[in-house]
Amino acid sequence: MYPLQLSSFTLTTCLGQGLQANREALREERSGLKPCDFESVELETWIGAVDGVDTVQLPAHLGRFDCRNNRLVQMGLQADGFAEQVKRAASRYGADRVGVFLGTSTAGILQTELAYRRRDPETGALPADFDYGGSHNAFSLAAFAREYLGLEGMAMAISTACSSSAKVFAAAARQIALGTIDAAVVGGVDSLCLTTLHGFASLQLTSAQPCRPYDPSRDGLSIGEGAGFALLERAGGAPAGTVMLLGVGESSDAHHMSAPHPQGLGARLAMTAALKAAGLVAADIDYINLHGTATPANDAAEGMAVAAEFGNCVPCNSTKGATGHTLGAAGAIEAVICAMALNDGRLPGSPGTQQLDPEIDLNYAHHGSEAPLKRTLSNSFGFGGSNCSMILGVQA
Amino acid sequence: MSAQPVLKMQAWIDGIGFIAPGMPDWAVASAVLRGEQAYASAPSVLPVPTLLPSAERRRASRVIKLALGLGLEAVAHAGADASTLATVFSASGADGHNCHALCEQLATDDRQLSPTRFHNSVHNAAAGYWGIATRCMAPCQVVGAFDASLGAGLLDAMAQVVCTGESVLLVAYDSEYPQPLFAKRDTPDCAGVALVLSAQPSKNAKAEIQLRTTRAPAAAMADVALEQLRQQVPAMRALPFLQRLARGESGSVVLDYLAPQQIELDITPC
Repeated sequence: MYPLQLSSFTLTTCLGQGLQANREALREERSGLKPCDFESVELETWIGAVDGVDTVQLPAHLGRFDCRNNRLVQMGLQADGFAEQVKRAASRYGADRVGVFLGTSTAGILQTELAYRRRDPETGALPADFDYGGSHNAFSLAAFAREYLGLEGMAMAISTACSSSAKVFAAAARQIALGTIDAAVVGGVDSLCLTTLHGFASLQLTSAQPCRPYDPSRDGLSIGEGAGFALLERAGGAPAGTVMLLGVGESSDAHHMSAPHPQGLGARLAMTAALKAAGLVAADIDYINLHGTATPANDAAEGMAVAAEFGNCVPCNSTKGATGHTLGAAGAIEAVICAMALNDGRLPGSPGTQQLDPEIDLNYAHHGSEAPLKRTLSNSFGFGGSNCSMILGVQA
Repeated sequence: MSAQPVLKMQAWIDGIGFIAPGMPDWAVASAVLRGEQAYASAPSVLPVPTLLPSAERRRASRVIKLALGLGLEAVAHAGADASTLATVFSASGADGHNCHALCEQLATDDRQLSPTRFHNSVHNAAAGYWGIATRCMAPCQVVGAFDASLGAGLLDAMAQVVCTGESVLLVAYDSEYPQPLFAKRDTPDCAGVALVLSAQPSKNAKAEIQLRTTRAPAAAMADVALEQLRQQVPAMRALPFLQRLARGESGSVVLDYLAPQQIELDITPC
């Protein structure tokens, strides 16, 4: 199944639209987080909001998809010439030979939340302009992206909460291995909404300050929004320096709906499975982009699992202090952060983290540094105990 | 220009679970699909989720009862061990009633949500309860594709079987929204189908299936009420295939997926 090449990739986060804006911010160790001023939300928390989403205009013939989440999809697809790369792949392979696999946790549910404020006072009906399939439904972003890109092949949304857009890489790799498609648009998009801001607050999982992953004073996450995309193709002919997908591992905690297994057993299984899929051992990994949400439980459990699998030598950190936790988009966004690290020979820093929790025995990289990176691992874990680890490398 | 598939998307069906309006399990459904029993629609009967501890059993929502009931029936039919089976859950939506309650509350001034309501709002809530109840740490996939959700689930489940050589439980299900969302998404009731799929034939195998994509039109149901059910519930797009299975017929059948892509299944009874 592996390796596959990431022939194109891009990301849009609160740090900016496209690779260069994100690269510069990560290099400067700048955080994109700000006190929450989203919509009418009055919560003492910080958010990672993408500038300019609200002014994006969808093509007129795709108006039924209009919502904040699909505006962010379009913004993400337009960055770094990604949409053009996909269209070139479609003309090379055929429009029905390029699949679409996108992860999300809440898709365009903000549209429904807003529609519920505009119900007919007599009948309770939702407004006529509200389109469930185009906005609210978990598939809306994949349906929109498929039409926007002019693709006619298979498509699916994967929605396993915060592991969603890591798992899309494995699902696409399986179809390419079986020859049902020749290439795949993989990625994830999640946008700010009331459900997640108030929901994570109800679980007391949001911090009143910018999140501090792996810090002993960490007390919760900062919710972000963003889009990450990659074009996956077979490895044949990939030039030296191309970022490659080497393996993905998936597992389940079987423990609790909203809390990780305290020893990170499921997380470790996912990392082990990723190494096995890639035919690698722990010592082959040069950098780990941790899930690192900055909740006390996640970082403690993940730290234990990473230490058990990798010991305390491999440099690792979480970039969520820069981007916020982009939920269903985090897997794809952090895969692209790893791809940039491999291309640039530079591991990112970890804004927000002042010191490593002394209870966690890891080689935590507080700051970025030049490093000859050959292979990275990225962790993504979600509610329902869904775990996914992804290994990327560079074509020699 | 297009490369031909390099591996056959092939699996053996070891077990089937089924719930739909008027058809509470696979035994009744197969009698209806064979034409031995007339189809009479009636509200779906959702089994008590015996997998869950008693406190959670009482609180379990309709969609959780549906997904767990489907999975349990298929696993029992296959004589499989749920604690080791990889799973693929495929559904157009999550828990519609829970979603309505959240949206209704978020439209008021009191936006302090119930933590349980929030974690039950994720698309993979039913899958999460399944994993916890069966203590299964194998990979769990949760996909959706609106009206094409069944096809999305079949594609990933079959691909997992072929790529890993391990058995996979596919649970494809859909459930209703209350008003006012029902007016925008009119899935009438809970319904779904579960299949235990294996990479090798075994003594439990009921049929061998092979999947490919096609642009051919999908088969319809001759019975008007069953055809209506096929069209109303995304997971029930499987009915023409299930009818072949119930009748023990071999041959190929095309199911609706995502225009212009359709799914063709070749069926060979064991």
